[in-house]
Amino acid sequence: MNRIKKWLGNLGVILMLLAGLVAWIMLPWPGVLGAAVLAALWLAFTRSGRLALEATRIGIASLPQRWGASSVIVIGIAGVVAVLVAMLAMGAGFQKTLEQTGRDDTAIVLRGGSQAETNSVITRDQVPLITSLAGIAKDESGRPLVSPELSQVVNMVTRSDGTDANAQLRGVGDAGWAIRPQLQIVEGRRFESGKRELVVGQGAHRQYVGLEVGNTLRLANQDWTVVGKFASGDSHDSELWADAETLGATYQRTSYQSVTVRLDGAEGFEPFKAAMAADPRLKLDVLTTKNYYSKQSEGLTKLIKALGTIIGAIMAIGAVFGALNTMYAAVAGRAREIATMRAIGFRGLPVVVAVMLETMLLALLGGLIGGLIAWLVFNNYSVSTLSGNFSQVMFQFSVSPELLWNGLKWALGIGLVGGLFPSLRAARLPVTEALRSA
Amino acid sequence: MKYLHLIWAALFRSKTRTLLTLLSVITAFLLFGLLDSVRVAFAAGGDMAGYNRLVVASRLSITQMLPARLESDIANVPGVKLAVRGAWFGGIYQDQRNFFPNMSVGDGFFEMYPEYQIAPEQLQAFETTRIGAVVGESLAQRHGWKVGDTIPLQATIFPTQGSNNWEFKLVGTFRVTESKRKGEENALYFRWDYFNEANDFVKDRVGWWMVQLDDPEQADQIAQTIDKLSENSDHETKTQSEQAFNQAFIKQFADVGMIVSGIMGAVFFTLLLLTGNTMAQAVRERIPELAVLKTIGFSDRSVLALVLVESVLLLVLGGVIGLVLAAVIMPVISTVSGGAVQLPTVPGVTWALGIALMVVIGLLVGALPALRAMRLNIVDALAGR
Repeated sequence: MNRIKKWLGNLGVILMLLAGLVAWIMLPWPGVLGAAVLAALWLAFTRSGRLALEATRIGIASLPQRWGASSVIVIGIAGVVAVLVAMLAMGAGFQKTLEQTGRDDTAIVLRGGSQAETNSVITRDQVPLITSLAGIAKDESGRPLVSPELSQVVNMVTRSDGTDANAQLRGVGDAGWAIRPQLQIVEGRRFESGKRELVVGQGAHRQYVGLEVGNTLRLANQDWTVVGKFASGDSHDSELWADAETLGATYQRTSYQSVTVRLDGAEGFEPFKAAMAADPRLKLDVLTTKNYYSKQSEGLTKLIKALGTIIGAIMAIGAVFGALNTMYAAVAGRAREIATMRAIGFRGLPVVVAVMLETMLLALLGGLIGGLIAWLVFNNYSVSTLSGNFSQVMFQFSVSPELLWNGLKWALGIGLVGGLFPSLRAARLPVTEALRSA
Repeated sequence: MKYLHLIWAALFRSKTRTLLTLLSVITAFLLFGLLDSVRVAFAAGGDMAGYNRLVVASRLSITQMLPARLESDIANVPGVKLAVRGAWFGGIYQDQRNFFPNMSVGDGFFEMYPEYQIAPEQLQAFETTRIGAVVGESLAQRHGWKVGDTIPLQATIFPTQGSNNWEFKLVGTFRVTESKRKGEENALYFRWDYFNEANDFVKDRVGWWMVQLDDPEQADQIAQTIDKLSENSDHETKTQSEQAFNQAFIKQFADVGMIVSGIMGAVFFTLLLLTGNTMAQAVRERIPELAVLKTIGFSDRSVLALVLVESVLLLVLGGVIGLVLAAVIMPVISTVSGGAVQLPTVPGVTWALGIALMVVIGLLVGALPALRAMRLNIVDALAGR
């Protein structure tokens, strides 16, 4: 009978724990702060709260004696948090780079049905038709800001290991610069149209061999001079830029791949799109560049996030078992001490809270260490990957405060689960038996 | 072996603790199984050392196509047995999320890839049906295609008569027997001559050639000869082994190996710590018992062995359960992902590596407690000092 009761009790605890964990992960930071304040008030101003605090102090005072075992919790949880935060930071960094690239007031035109520039074709006779559409912004001299562009994948030798990688060589029209004001020349100058000159993004400059300003490159059997370096803080940083006409002549390309236009503010998009749809000669797709680039990152970001969460969850489960093990052992090792405390009047609740607080403290420490490791090692760590355009995009891991906060929440969640069952056992330990046996 | 029951009893002396340790070992090896299988699958494109194939592609970039007339020159290079053309198509079936590679290939494709198994009559149908296509068995299964079905693809690069709608007739399916290359079944091949005839943009252009050699030893020299053919033209080629070609491509998706080994390192460090701690505790608790064993005549060495075997047993038990779980879960992941991720099962390499790791970690974490047990002084231990 007793066994069944105990079993049912445990089942109830598990169910409550699951509900609690779900709520905990969902909880926004004001909620967490509120819970922490409530707990602190309870600890400070109620009798059982003060008893719990005392019991915790006794437990923490004996921590140095059990440092070896307790560090297992800390290091285990630090590992989980570090891996989780690093994985999520990778996804966040990739997304950030591609999202920053696009804007609401510029649009990209592609051939109907093609999802990326690589697959798209825009014939020369379509360009004047696009230029005359409504919704396009004009420069000071009244010319519409339209840049027909080519994108050519070229082989570059990477600095890191000397292997070939696909870099994107973008041919832009005259308006290419005006459409992307975030792009700044940081060294040298812009290319001149009609000449075989290149400007390189700072990311590409860092990643590939031989892109120093003044250097000559051989592309498609022609010599190209690097005349400048630009910085844009987005995925253009991974590109090389040249004059679209010269590039097209070199690679014998008679048509363009995309047309990027500056819109009359964000409101310009709808009229532009409508005008495009109204012209039967233009079977083209148009997207704001923001939309286009976030679409490009969608798949990979989702994959990395899902992968990070799954791996993190499996590791977290492993760490929960480790924490449980350690805390059970700690409770068993302190059985006599806990029994003594209960014999002199500490009731069940303060004992439960004391063991829980101790575990949570260790978990917090682990979470902080893990987050710190992830931040130190991975923040702004540069990697590159193949994007939807068959070319490399360089991006940086971005360990944001939000991710660190998430990691900390995971750590405390693990501590919660790892501490609860051992603390319940400590509270249920029959006093007389524990005093005698230990 | 005769002490197995003794070790078993010692292992489950404290049920809760052993169970928890076992569970953390299981999770660690579950993760190991999943990650290492992914690593092996990624590397599989690379380790096909036994095959004697080269890839001839444009030096400029993989998106640049080459003139088809090069083929006769390549085929005439001494030492080249067979050259088969191919071109990336990049069509979409119904929805972008259904992505699978699809490309057009020239005659002789299945001769080039003897590891792709196809029924002779289906092969013949492929060679004679203009709009015929073959797909891997897993892909056919995923979309419920049967031989004779019409498969519509939306072109993303090459329109046909101004429209993006292409239709292919499924004439056969092929299988890849090697389990770690099962992912290659996730592809569709159709005829290059149909592609050439029907697409609006490119005529007589080829994405790459697969070249089969008489003698793999000559690969480097033949590759150089092939590249000489187009030197200083506007379509220079770059010839490399299939292995190098695949690896260069895969490597560009960020350094998967680095990330995977980083995670694995973190997991194992944690695991080592957890299990080591548990073993140390288990031995500490059992000191009087071990002393009794020694009193009744167990030698120092057999006590050492008992503790070591116990820890290895714990690791192997948990590890094997973890890997089995991974093997069960992976097909589920493949199904859930809609075939985008192809993880058929835990490959043999991963099993071998996993078991080696279990034994090594078991010995490592058992070493300290076992030495302690061996050096026990009977009198002190019995007295509880």
